[in-house]
Order: sequence, then structure tokens, then C-alpha cells
Amino acid sequence: MRALAILLLTAAPAFAEGDLFIYTWGEYTPPDLVAKFEAEFGVKVHIDSYDSMETMIAKLRAGGAGYDIIVPGDATMQVLIAEDMVEKIDVFAMPNYVNVDDKWREVYWDPKREYSAPWAWGSTAFAVDTAVVKGDTSSLSVLFAPADDVKGRINMLRDMNDVINMAERYLGIPRCSENPDEMKRVLELLETQKAWVKSYDSETKELMVSGEAVVSMSWNGYAMRARDEKPTIAYVYPREGYTGWMDNVAVPKGAPHLDNAKAWVNFVMAPENAAMITNYARYSNGIKGSEAFIEPALAAAPEINPPADAPAPEFIPTCSPEATALIDKVWTKLMN
Amino acid sequence: MKLHRLLLAPSLGTILIFMALPIAITTLYSVLTPAQYGGVIWEPSSEAYIRLLFERDIFDDTLTFNTDYLQILGRSVLQAGVATLLCLFIGLPTAWFIATRPAGQKSLWLMLVTVPYWVNLLVRTIALLLILRDEGPINRALHAIGLTDGPLPLAYNNFAIGLGLVSSFLPFMILPLYAAIERFDFSLLEAAYDLHANRRQAFFEVVLPILRPGLIAGGLLVFIPGIGSYLAPDILGGGKTLMLGNLIGMQFQGSRNWPFGAALSTILMAVTLIALFIIARRAAREDA
Repeated sequence: MRALAILLLTAAPAFAEGDLFIYTWGEYTPPDLVAKFEAEFGVKVHIDSYDSMETMIAKLRAGGAGYDIIVPGDATMQVLIAEDMVEKIDVFAMPNYVNVDDKWREVYWDPKREYSAPWAWGSTAFAVDTAVVKGDTSSLSVLFAPADDVKGRINMLRDMNDVINMAERYLGIPRCSENPDEMKRVLELLETQKAWVKSYDSETKELMVSGEAVVSMSWNGYAMRARDEKPTIAYVYPREGYTGWMDNVAVPKGAPHLDNAKAWVNFVMAPENAAMITNYARYSNGIKGSEAFIEPALAAAPEINPPADAPAPEFIPTCSPEATALIDKVWTKLMN
Repeated sequence: MKLHRLLLAPSLGTILIFMALPIAITTLYSVLTPAQYGGVIWEPSSEAYIRLLFERDIFDDTLTFNTDYLQILGRSVLQAGVATLLCLFIGLPTAWFIATRPAGQKSLWLMLVTVPYWVNLLVRTIALLLILRDEGPINRALHAIGLTDGPLPLAYNNFAIGLGLVSSFLPFMILPLYAAIERFDFSLLEAAYDLHANRRQAFFEVVLPILRPGLIAGGLLVFIPGIGSYLAPDILGGGKTLMLGNLIGMQFQGSRNWPFGAALSTILMAVTLIALFIIARRAAREDA
């Protein structure tokens, strides 16, 4: 009887017809995954992309965006649930949920997985060009107390939260600090470092490959793409800690094609489909059994396999308004 | 209603929907309270305007004077002002040259001025960055011919931002100046020389006053977008300094303070409108 129910559940969306509108990051959705879904469900998939979470939220807030699927990061997901902007679709009860790795089930942003399924996850740390940067690179001091030949050739991400989080780790200050004295120390550190920073730019791959920067904050998947073009680039999991993030598949309130959206959410939790995401976007997925379908070179890549002694990634919820005001103040002063 | 008034309806409608309404919304948002995750709460607040000049102590709520935002405003005005002057120095000879070509050649030269602007501004800005930076063609060429040891710091600084502004807005200076010079009656110049004016006097006493409307138009068309520019500081400045546009952008993104962003936009608009008003009144008085 249960088998029949599962069969019906899995089979039911196969009759869904029409369209599916996905709103996601650019170059993030594998074309072969889309083609497979379209063939299997007889649904036409349309993809729009955003360049920041703020853009996505602003569009949803304005209403009438007409999207069926969004792919928010962990902190944004928490906000969307709190603000009642996503459909409760009971992901935990979907047939393919059995494939979700235990690690990604009870997450702070969706503790019961009622609203969202894992899409991909990665980390934000930094990369070095080992042709220039010699010796032990496992500490954030590479960025904050740089060697002479690194000075002036450092790139930081253009994201005040990521930069400030990193400075806080170097100083041993907790994330989202509401203590002005602590944030003053963060500002002093960043102001000292700014003299050695070439740019605050998120195009880290291009900067490293061209040699403009020899040390750069980076996301792990992007560092891997950089290494493809310049083999001396190495991603570092710093011993002071680093930020982890997960993008999730969710359905915005009032999605016009709810059934198709649910079918997509269930679809991306199948191991062979999740593997397509990793093969394309170069980030880990959260699905058990997907390893078997991942390209061997990718599966063994250092960027997605932290060394045994690396600390665990730290997932950071949205800071309080007080902490955000301090972060804004530090960043405004730093940029003045 | 007379028929010819209906002819205005499309442009009036456009101004109402795409200009007056957004300005009204921006002004309204600037006096509301920020919501925790972006957006606004419908409670009136003047905090956004207080914040421009004062810093609120988070322990005892006392206000202290804070120049952070004035500095950003000052930097924006300075960068835009320098860019306007540079555009003038490059634009005036260029416009003069084009306006004095034989009739058949003018349109060709004008077209050449606009050719770079067929490419999107973002693409042009990134291209300029690629040219200026350490591994770019300028630095490589200088190094290859032995003029420099290491790369010159051309990119990621105020110089690069200024260059970006000039290259973005130069045609807005050239075209109005061209229109003014085109209409210039050159027999006036001959008359000036006949009356023993030297070249200098002829230029400052005869040519310049007649070109004034073109100079003012060109200056405003460069200065106003320059002061609020976003791309040049963002890309060419390497994100290392904020101009007003970036500060406003930041409030709607990571800082999640829409009212403050709206207040900054409102003030930028007000300053622009006041400047325009003063210039328009002075121009009207001098014409009278």
C-alpha cells in the first residue's frame, strides 16, 4: 500500500503540463538537467537570473513576479520563511527526500525542511597563487599580515558581510557582533589592510588567472574554475574558520504552477540529478548517492574536499539590525 | 480641449508615471522606518535625515557630528566637477573642429563621436579597466619598451574613476557645443577682428558669450549624471571608495536601510534641482 502511494506520488507530477518559471543565479542550472525535466514531465522550463539576493527579494516583494522556483541562500531562506514569502510544500514528505544527507536536514534556516530542498553548498574562504605565495598559507594572516610580495596584490570580495566576517575570525571576534569596541578593532584591521588591497571585487577568478591578484577571497567552486585555467591556484580552508553557505530550492508564495514547482523540487533531490548540478556548477550538493554520478576529477578535487584538519564551515544567519548597523558603519568608514 | 494639447498627453503621461511617481515614492520612503530585512515600516521617522550629519551614540542616544557622508558627497561633487572640466577642454576643440568642417563631412565626424556609445556602458567600463590595469596593454607596452620597471598604478583609484567618467560622458559635452558652434555666425568674428580685437578678446568677448547656452547644457549633462554615477567607482575604482551612487546602492542591498537610501536619493535630486533652478534663472536674467 505504501509502495503504491509512493508510486502514485512520484508518478502524479508526470501528468503536469505547462510551464515552470525558475528565478536563480546565472550559470547555475545545468541545461541537461532542464532538458531531462522537460522530457520527463512535458513541461517547458523558463529561466531568469538575478545577481544578488537583494534583487530577488525586492522583485518578490513587489509581487506579481510570476516565478515558480527560487534558489535562496541559507540566511535569505530564513528571512523568506519569517516574512511568509514562500509556500509550505512539505519537502520532508516528498519521495526523494530520503536521499537528502542527514547533515542538511535539520538546518537553522528551515529546521524541518518544510519549505526547501538542498541545491548546492560551498564555502567562502580564499585562494592563493602558489607560484608567488610560498610557505604555510593555512592562516588568514596571508590576507591580514601579508608578505611584502603579496602587498598590493590582494583582492577582497565586494561584500561587506563576507569581508567583515573574515576580519572578525582573524581577531577572534564573534560574527554579527553588537559590540562597538569590537567593531572598531575590525575597522582598524581592515583600514590597515586596505593599503595592501588592490580591489574589492567579486570577479575573483579573472583577477587570479590574469595575475592581477595573487591572493583573493573566493568561493570554493570559483577557485576550482580558476585552477582549471591556472594550475598554481590553490583554495585554502583557513584554520581560523570560514563561512559555509547553502543555496536551496523553494517555491515563492502564489507560484502560478505549484504542481510543476513541487515536481522540480522532488526531481532535484534524485542523486543522478543532483550530480548534474555539481558537474555543472562545481559545488557540492546535499544528496546522498550522488557521488557515483559525479565526474571523477571533480569528486577528488581539493576545493570540495576539505583537508581532515580543517575546521567545519560556519553557517551564519542574518545579523540583527543593531549588528547590521555596525557593519554598515564599518564599511562606510572603510570606503571613505 | 483643443487638439494640439492632446499632442502633449504622451509625454506628460510618461513624466507622471516614470518620473513624478517614483520621486514621490522615494521621498515618501525617506521619512519612514526601515524594516528589519529591507523595505519599510509605515511609521514616520526623520532618522534618515538626522543620520546624514549626526551619529547616534548607541549607549545614550546623544548625537555627535559625523562627516562620513559629507565626505562622500564632497568626493562625488569633486569627481563630477573635474570630469566636467576635462570634458570641456576636450569637447570644445572637438566640437569646433566638427562644426567648421565642410557640410558633407560633418555628419561623418558626428557619427564617429557616437560610435563608441553603440556599445553598452558596462562593457565599455570593463574594457577600460582591462586596458588600465597592471597586466593591461598600457603597462605591458611601457614595460616592454623599458620606460617602467613595475606596473604604473593606473586602475583601481580616483584617476581611473575620473577617466571613466570622462569617457562615459564626453559626447554629452560635444553634441550641445557642436549645436551652438554650428549656429555661430562667423561674420561676427570677422567684425571683431575688423574692430581690432585680438584673438583672445574675440574668443572671450564674442565667441564664448554666444556659446554659453551650449556650455551650460553640456556642463549639466556631464555633471549631473557624473555626481550620481555608479559603474565607474564600482568597477574602475575597484570598489575601494564610495561615491553617492554606491552609497545609495549599498543601503538598498547589504545595509538594508531603504529610508536612508531614499533620503540620500532625495537630497541628490534636491541639490540637482536647486542648481538647475539657479542656473536657469541666471540665464533668463542675462537674456532679458
